[in-house]
Formats: sequence, C-alpha cells, structure tokens
Amino acid sequence: MTFDNHIATLKYAFPKTIPILAGFMFLGISYGIYMNSLGFGPAYAILMSIFIFAGSMEFVAGSLLLGPFSPLSAFFLTLMINARHLFYGIAMLDKFKDTGRKKTYLIYGMCDESFVINSTTDVPAYINKGWFMFYVTFLNQIYWVGGTTLGSLFSSAISFNTDGLEFVMVALFVVIFLDQWMKERYHVSSVIGVTSSVLCLALFGPDNFIIPAMILILVALSAIKRILEKREVIS
Amino acid sequence: MSVTQQILIIVVVVAGTMITRFLPFLIFSQDKETPQYIKYLGYVLPSAVFGLLVVYALRNVSFTGFGSFLPESLAVGLIVILHYWKKNMLISIAGGTIFYMILVQFVFIY
Repeated sequence: MTFDNHIATLKYAFPKTIPILAGFMFLGISYGIYMNSLGFGPAYAILMSIFIFAGSMEFVAGSLLLGPFSPLSAFFLTLMINARHLFYGIAMLDKFKDTGRKKTYLIYGMCDESFVINSTTDVPAYINKGWFMFYVTFLNQIYWVGGTTLGSLFSSAISFNTDGLEFVMVALFVVIFLDQWMKERYHVSSVIGVTSSVLCLALFGPDNFIIPAMILILVALSAIKRILEKREVIS
Repeated sequence: MSVTQQILIIVVVVAGTMITRFLPFLIFSQDKETPQYIKYLGYVLPSAVFGLLVVYALRNVSFTGFGSFLPESLAVGLIVILHYWKKNMLISIAGGTIFYMILVQFVFIY
C-alpha cells in the first residue's frame, strides 16, 4: 500500500460512512450529555467510548456506575446486551481472513454500524478490502468518540431542535435491510430474521428479546439448511 | 461506589464486550478449516441479523396510540419508496430522517 493507495481507499470509504457520521455525532453528543447529567466528568464518557465502543452498552454502563457495586451482574448483563456480536463474528470469519495485523482492530471495533458496512460493501478491484474495512471501522470510532467528547464538554451549548434525529440509525438499518433484500435471490433468511425478532419482542418485551430472537434465528436457519442446500441457494 | 470500583465495572464491561466480539475468531482459528455448518451460518446470518437490527432499532415503538407509531411507520414507508425509486443510500436515509423529524416536531406534538 502506497500513500496514494491509502488516500484512494479513504476516499472510497468516507462516503459510505456519512450516515454513520450523522448518527454517531447525534448519539455520541447525546451520550456525552447523558453522562454529564448523571454527574460524571468528560473523562468517563470519552474513555468509555474509546474502550467499550458499543453505544447501547455505554448508556447502560452509565447507570451501572450509579447502582450498587456488582461486577458479576455487570459482566453477564454485558454479555447479554452484546450477544449479537457473536453473529457478526461468525459472518465475518472469512472476510477478516488475511487482513494481517489489522484483524485485531477490525474485531475490536466491530460495532453494529461497522459490521453492516463491512459485510455489505463489495469493493472494486483497485481498493484493498482489508484497508477499506479498517478505515470504515476507524472513521466510525472517530465519529463516536468525537460526538461523545463534544457532548460531554459542551452539553449546555446545543440549542437547535434535534428531536427525531436519532431516527437516522433506524433509517440506516432499514436501508441496509432493503439493499440486502433487493440483492438476494431467496428472502427466507431475511424473513426469518424479522419474524423471529418480532415474535420474541412481543413475547419478551424490548429489554429481553435479543437472546431468544438469536436462538430462534439459529434454530430456524439450522432447520432449513438441508432445503437450501438442495435448492443450491448456497454453493 | 469508589473510583476504583467504578474502574473495575468499566473494565468488566469492556471485557464482556470484547468476549462477544473476539470469541468466534478464537474458536474458529485461521489455520483450521471452518466447519461446514459455521460456513453456512456465516453465509445466511447477515440477512437475518439485518432483520433483527431493524426490529432492535424500533423496539421501543409502542402501539398504544396513533401518535406513538405513526411517525415511525410513515418514515419507514417513505424510506422503502425512496430506496426502490432512487436506490441511493444517502437519499433514503436523509429523506426518511428529515421526514421523521418534521413529523415529531410539527405534526405529532404532544
């Protein structure tokens, strides 16, 4: 990789991350303000954004710090909230192969949004896939840490009405889902993902549905493996 | 909670998060052939996970009154139309988000 290659890769990666820039600036600022309102200094929000780098978990961690000291329950709560990363890892096993020393950072920085972009983008031949994924992950983390820093330092200075801006993350996920839907020949996996999640959301409520939904998705996908292989959906 | 205890909680949360991210890569190492079943999952999981993420992002929408789910429904509807029409990620995301902001700031006010 020459310097020019790096610039070309960065130029290719940046536009893909613009929706995340908007979303993370907003959510990061919100997180900084939230931590400030709980009475924590800027260092807390900033360091947690750098080291945890998992948005929803950081909000939860803020409230954990105010509760009774219980590391074991904090640990299991973290595993439950972030269990979806296990699926991301399985899906990225092949794509992260041969990325060399960047691999550790790619795994460490694999938040929802980085996973979504890195798993769906087909890069052209002149772009190095490993470096592309690295820049996507790195830019996303800069946005998140940057937003958090701004929010925790200048929480009182924000005056423009941002109600509803948080919807940008919903919009991103819907668009990614639609993209995948238009690309795939059979929609069975997409349908399984949505129906399992909706069913478990109705049964277990918004705070507890992810693990049951993941189990249901695994069971359903395993059950149809034979059928899909017969129809040669997968090679 | 003392500062030391707070740091311990943060370390535990970091460790928990990293376990969920690194575990698949530690179990299925580069040198050994990945089992057929895991390869299959790696191939079919993304579509299902994107579906899960959409539901996850909308998990707090309630169906108790029109004002509580109409803005989300209308904005998602607009995103679908925009995306099939223009097939441009930024237009769909910006259009849907701005439309949603207008709805919650000016139309569905409580």
